Amino acid sequence: MTFAENTRSLFAGVAGALAQLHQPGRGSSLLVVILFGVTLLMSAANLMLPQDSVFYVSTYSITLMGKYLCFAMLAMAVDIVWGYCGILSLGHGAFFALGGYGMGMYLMRQIGDRGVYGNPELPDFMVFLNWQELPWYWYGMEHFWFAMAMALLVPGLLAFVFGWLAFRSRVTGVFLSIMTQALTYALMLAFFRNEMGFGGNNGLTDFKDILGFDLQADGTRVALLLITAALLALAFLASRAIVQSRFGRVVVAVRDAEARARFLGYRTERYKVWLFVYSALVAAVAGMLYVPQVGIINPGEFSPLNSIEIVVWVAVGGRGTLYGAIAGALLVNYAKTRFTAAMPDGWLFALGALFVAVTVLLPKGLAGLLQRSGTKGAEKPRENDTGKVPAGVAHAGEAGA
Amino acid sequence: MKIAAQARELLRRDTTWPFLVPRRRAVDVSHQVILYIEGLSVSFDGFQALNDLNLYVNDGELRCLIGANGAGKTTLMDVITGKTRCDSGSAWFGRNIDLLAHDEAEIAQLGIGRKFQKPTVFEAHTVFANLELSLGGGKGVWSALTAALTGEQRDRIDRVLETIGLAKARHQLAGALSHGQKQWLEIGMLLVAEPRLLLIDEPVAGMTAEEAERTAELLTSLAGEHTVIVVEHDMEFVRSIARTVTVLHQGSVLAEGTMDQVQNNPDVIEVYLGEGA
Repeated sequence: MTFAENTRSLFAGVAGALAQLHQPGRGSSLLVVILFGVTLLMSAANLMLPQDSVFYVSTYSITLMGKYLCFAMLAMAVDIVWGYCGILSLGHGAFFALGGYGMGMYLMRQIGDRGVYGNPELPDFMVFLNWQELPWYWYGMEHFWFAMAMALLVPGLLAFVFGWLAFRSRVTGVFLSIMTQALTYALMLAFFRNEMGFGGNNGLTDFKDILGFDLQADGTRVALLLITAALLALAFLASRAIVQSRFGRVVVAVRDAEARARFLGYRTERYKVWLFVYSALVAAVAGMLYVPQVGIINPGEFSPLNSIEIVVWVAVGGRGTLYGAIAGALLVNYAKTRFTAAMPDGWLFALGALFVAVTVLLPKGLAGLLQRSGTKGAEKPRENDTGKVPAGVAHAGEAGA
Repeated sequence: MKIAAQARELLRRDTTWPFLVPRRRAVDVSHQVILYIEGLSVSFDGFQALNDLNLYVNDGELRCLIGANGAGKTTLMDVITGKTRCDSGSAWFGRNIDLLAHDEAEIAQLGIGRKFQKPTVFEAHTVFANLELSLGGGKGVWSALTAALTGEQRDRIDRVLETIGLAKARHQLAGALSHGQKQWLEIGMLLVAEPRLLLIDEPVAGMTAEEAERTAELLTSLAGEHTVIVVEHDMEFVRSIARTVTVLHQGSVLAEGTMDQVQNNPDVIEVYLGEGA
């Protein structure tokens, strides 16, 4: 294939994706399109404009945006299980961090002999601990494809085993939330141990390059941001397809009346397990993208507090709507960046107050606020003409995505 | 001990190993009986909910179960639908399906539909989607991802919508329906799966007289094609639909027969109807 053909097929693919985004009654995809556009503009502004231009976007902002998008993806993952299936996971940070560690291990192996101790085989922290050889679970992590496969496989498998055990025993509600919390806490304690071979409390850091590209270079940063934005859009489309399929309707049915669904012949535990695994995989991808952009992964990512924060993002944005989760993550994290710069000690209080305020005043989050003002006009025909709602409105209500 | 018993069970020559029996198969009603309940006992923490209960229901019959609170009506339904495990006894669906060997989802797929006492529908979905989710056929995770309605399935949903009188409300959210409409929707959800046996727990609770009358018509029209077992407290309602009535008392069958026979049965008068009549 020639270069021209390549670009043409690429454009056709992008156009196809955009056409899919632009379905009638799908206002939610607007947010993702805007987000993607902003990302593109930011990237162009960073790379093409001179540093003294008014419109120049600093590399710091690029990385910050990339970080936000990773969080948005993570929030979407939590929303899929919490908003659509009623599984309140307070441990999704674990899947995010495991994905991040997978990427981190690959990046560690790329350092080679450029580390402080100059050991070509062992990462610095292993030299420091007087280890003589690489632990078996680090084998193969110098290959990008293998590391990425592991970064997906391990969280996926963990989610499957955990979900299978929990949902098959019909553990629900607050008990399940506590178990997820315990899961991430246990992993945090384990990863803090030096003997685990993941760098203990320092974690993995001091990365040099990814696939041969310098991680400090502007071009790499921009590329990482664009990849993150593209994968976020992809995850959004995939998640939307899932929640709008019959699978998605079954999942909502399970949320509202699990016994009814079971007596209709659905094996509700299987639906929950697979949804949980899908959600864990999305969280893992978010973690994989997060690590090269922030340059570090440590056991703090497993902390229960982190996982609870994700739930707050989703609650603020509006659970049960994918775009709500994305918007919530972006807004809260932007507020966090601003707040922690101005009043570092006040952030947790602000976060707590925000959560309380949203729970009391906006039970459906910001998305609920939008829907309320949006459906005021659309609700009218429903009252005049009982039952005959235009298909678009009915579908928007039913999918809520 | 337990292992020895299991091994003996495994080596029985008069049965087929469970894993060799196809999980989904048609129910065999060549003896005209669709439900055999024999010697069923269930106890919860010492409370004997079902006590050596025997019940046979013919194919195509409309049977009413009555009995005071705690007589075991709902527990019986729980055992038939696989929700509750029994201590002893047997429950067979037709001649060939052992209900005790299946779980809720499998039993539902075998063709036993159940309506709960409290109307339970998927409130966040439209009436149409409620029926769509209740269609018989593949309930697997992967098939649900790509499932699309066929024309034939749409027609079936439309027919059921007509039957339950909700054709005009098809795009309404189920949560916005009235109490009586929810009851009908739930019955419709059972119908659209085309079950052989319908277990209906208190269908007219909370309904107006007119709604109850329409429900009675609906249920009597279902008998014949389906087998229907109705649990109900409302004696007027039972009288209006029932051909055969079974009275439960303290976990076992007290009397069985037509409404008049049952009402004149001295035992029944003493323990149940006597109080009210």
